[in-house]
Amino acid sequence: MRLLQSGYFAGAVLGALWSIIAAWTVAIGVSLSSGSPAVPVAAGCLAIGIVSGLGAAHQFRFATVIMLALASALAAVVAGIGPLAAAEGGGSPSVVLASSLALAVAIAGPVVAFMTGLPGGVLTRHELEAAIIRFLTGFGYLFFTAIVVIPFYVMVMTSLKSQQELLLNPLDFTVDLSKGWDLLRGYGELFTRYHFGTYMWTSFYVSVVTVLVTLLFSVPGAYAVARLRFRGRKAFSRGILLIYMVPMIVLALPIYIAFSVTGLRNSVPGLLLIYPVTTIPVALYMLQGYFRGLPTEVEEAGLMDGLNRLQVIAKITLPLSLPALASVSLYVFMIAWNEFLLAFMLLDDPAIFTLTRAVTSLNSSEVPRQYLMAGAVVATVPIMVLFLGLEKFMTKGLTAGSVKG
Amino acid sequence: MTAISPPRGSGPLARREARLAWSMLLPTISIVSLVVLLPLLAVFWISVKPVTLSDLRPPAPIVREDLRGRPATAGDEADIRYRLRNSSQSKEIRDVVLSDVLPDGLEVRTLDPRCALDGRQLTCRLGTWQGGFRDELRIPVTVGASYLDGGDIEASPPVIDGSAENVLTNLTFTTANFASIFDGGEFWTAFVITLVYTVAGTVGAMVLGLFAALLLNKSFRGQGILRGLYLFPYVAPVIAVAFTWVILLDPFSGSINTLMVRMGVTTETINFFGQKPLALIMVIVFEAWRYFPLSFLFILARLQSIDSDMYEAADMDGASPFQKFWYLSLPQLMGILSVLFLLRFIWTFNKFDDIFLLTGGNAGTRTLTVDVYEQAFAVSNIGAGAAVAVVVFLCLVVFSALFFRFVSREEGL
Repeated sequence: MRLLQSGYFAGAVLGALWSIIAAWTVAIGVSLSSGSPAVPVAAGCLAIGIVSGLGAAHQFRFATVIMLALASALAAVVAGIGPLAAAEGGGSPSVVLASSLALAVAIAGPVVAFMTGLPGGVLTRHELEAAIIRFLTGFGYLFFTAIVVIPFYVMVMTSLKSQQELLLNPLDFTVDLSKGWDLLRGYGELFTRYHFGTYMWTSFYVSVVTVLVTLLFSVPGAYAVARLRFRGRKAFSRGILLIYMVPMIVLALPIYIAFSVTGLRNSVPGLLLIYPVTTIPVALYMLQGYFRGLPTEVEEAGLMDGLNRLQVIAKITLPLSLPALASVSLYVFMIAWNEFLLAFMLLDDPAIFTLTRAVTSLNSSEVPRQYLMAGAVVATVPIMVLFLGLEKFMTKGLTAGSVKG
Repeated sequence: MTAISPPRGSGPLARREARLAWSMLLPTISIVSLVVLLPLLAVFWISVKPVTLSDLRPPAPIVREDLRGRPATAGDEADIRYRLRNSSQSKEIRDVVLSDVLPDGLEVRTLDPRCALDGRQLTCRLGTWQGGFRDELRIPVTVGASYLDGGDIEASPPVIDGSAENVLTNLTFTTANFASIFDGGEFWTAFVITLVYTVAGTVGAMVLGLFAALLLNKSFRGQGILRGLYLFPYVAPVIAVAFTWVILLDPFSGSINTLMVRMGVTTETINFFGQKPLALIMVIVFEAWRYFPLSFLFILARLQSIDSDMYEAADMDGASPFQKFWYLSLPQLMGILSVLFLLRFIWTFNKFDDIFLLTGGNAGTRTLTVDVYEQAFAVSNIGAGAAVAVVVFLCLVVFSALFFRFVSREEGL
């Protein structure tokens, strides 16, 4: 029992676990960035992990532990048990050696961090849990960053590769800079042959009009629900949320029929009639929450000074709620820009496609994947730029409106 | 003497306020009922009607007009020919009336008994046409000089009109739609798949979200960047990320399959979105991946509002880090977690885009929402699609009722 609670034991276990995680990360990283896969070898990795774990538990200095890890990595390479091996048909010995040494550092560094301040003797519960939490934190950052970054990395890199290159080695994501502008051929084709410029413009103005119409309807509505007293207020407030939860696919069917009969299908005005209605409930819901939070005293002072309600809204409430309006606008813009189902069902005419609809039409076996991924990048980049530039508002908007998704 | 009592009912001021409120709500109410409530009623209506995709174009009489014979000089004879057709192969059209203005210079020699001529206005009552009806109506004419001087038979297009039954608006009802979706195990399979997808997807997204929120619940350099980065899956358009996943996991030339084969993890490539239990699992993984940012934001916001005093008190009492999480953070988060669960449950249940783009509902991933689309557009049976939509809506009503009971307690909404 004392053995189980000793720092050396904890160090060895955490070191071993981390070595596996680090080894797979490095192996996948090497494979995806060089195109020639490397495979972790369990024995070598575990050896390095345990050695650095024990070293860290003994409270050697950081440099010492790194040296220990490098030494054991070398020993493992010489003994032929890893820690990384080139998979069939790839990787020269020097690359393997270099990545093995890099892996040793990637194992030892974090392990030292996990074990800082832990004595080699018997650990208290606090110390042990703190070490485990540090381990889980390290794993968490790695895990989440990997699952978020890898798909986007692949999306961008695929858009830069020709069909032959992709089929030849699907792992090779290196960018061949010598090709120069030819790298961006997919994008060039999209904007010339597939008219993506027009689609982008359509998507843009559809989204902007949706935002404007949504605000026009939801600001007075939200104010009434938040501030004015009338019978049925609570029911209305719940009704909004309920409508918000009606699945689009249920509505899409009758809308499709009605639009087919009236000729609104396949037209931008038809789309502009539907989009705001899907966003008004969420905007109402977000705005009324914000309006409730504003101090009533300011508005009452305005009323006392002879403004009527509408003037109060225009001169006091709206200027005060600019941040909220920005959040709502961004959120609504995002919904409209990303909308897929309605655009897919209602638009058949390539002249008035929105961007999402246009990307869907690239998904056929006749169109190279490069173009499909370039289309995906074109659809993603504007919303990402907007998001990164106005992250504060966007995060607020997402938090307030994220009952929807 | 009257007893003093507080005023009853609403005073003029209150009434004015209520009037103002309603007038501010009116635009919203009207547009929402036009585009949400009306279609909802329509779905119920369509679900009991035998409508197929082809019925959206109601049967209509079609006419084409031309002049037969080659009149060269004044006094030649020719025929005005009307080719008539019923656009529908199966439905009849009643009271078909053709009317046309004859151009100058064409003199009618004999008139078909169904037609009447008033000046130059020709009107023909053609009666009832069965489905698939085709006919020709010929009117022999003498061609005069004024027609040969540039008269055109097609200058005035003929107008044809008739009344046909529209399945959408008549009063024939049927229960066949519901019968067809409920018999055969297909519906229940879809229902079970939907539930599995919804529960697993929701729980997966929440667990990932909780983990991510705990990671970022401290301030350090780069925290803002990581927070922004972790929102990417949700902010990016669904088509972009769904297609990326499909390409990444492609069985023939996808990077992940190649990587696994070359690393020696598997010997054969795996068709992630094309084989039975795996496709559903992958769709659930995608759902968890795409929506963990939402749970993460919610939970992070709640975590940051927990009073730090409590943690200090727990430190004084000697609580270990895991105890603090288990006995302090988690109970504090229970409210938001349950609200989040219900909301995400409802939204995942309603989800259509993701599965449709990833698998198209194949390989055992056909949820109810995908079924609506498949019935209506792939099988072209709009009535059956609407019937499934009604079922989806009724499920939603039950979930919302639960939600409101629960949330009213939790959040005081």
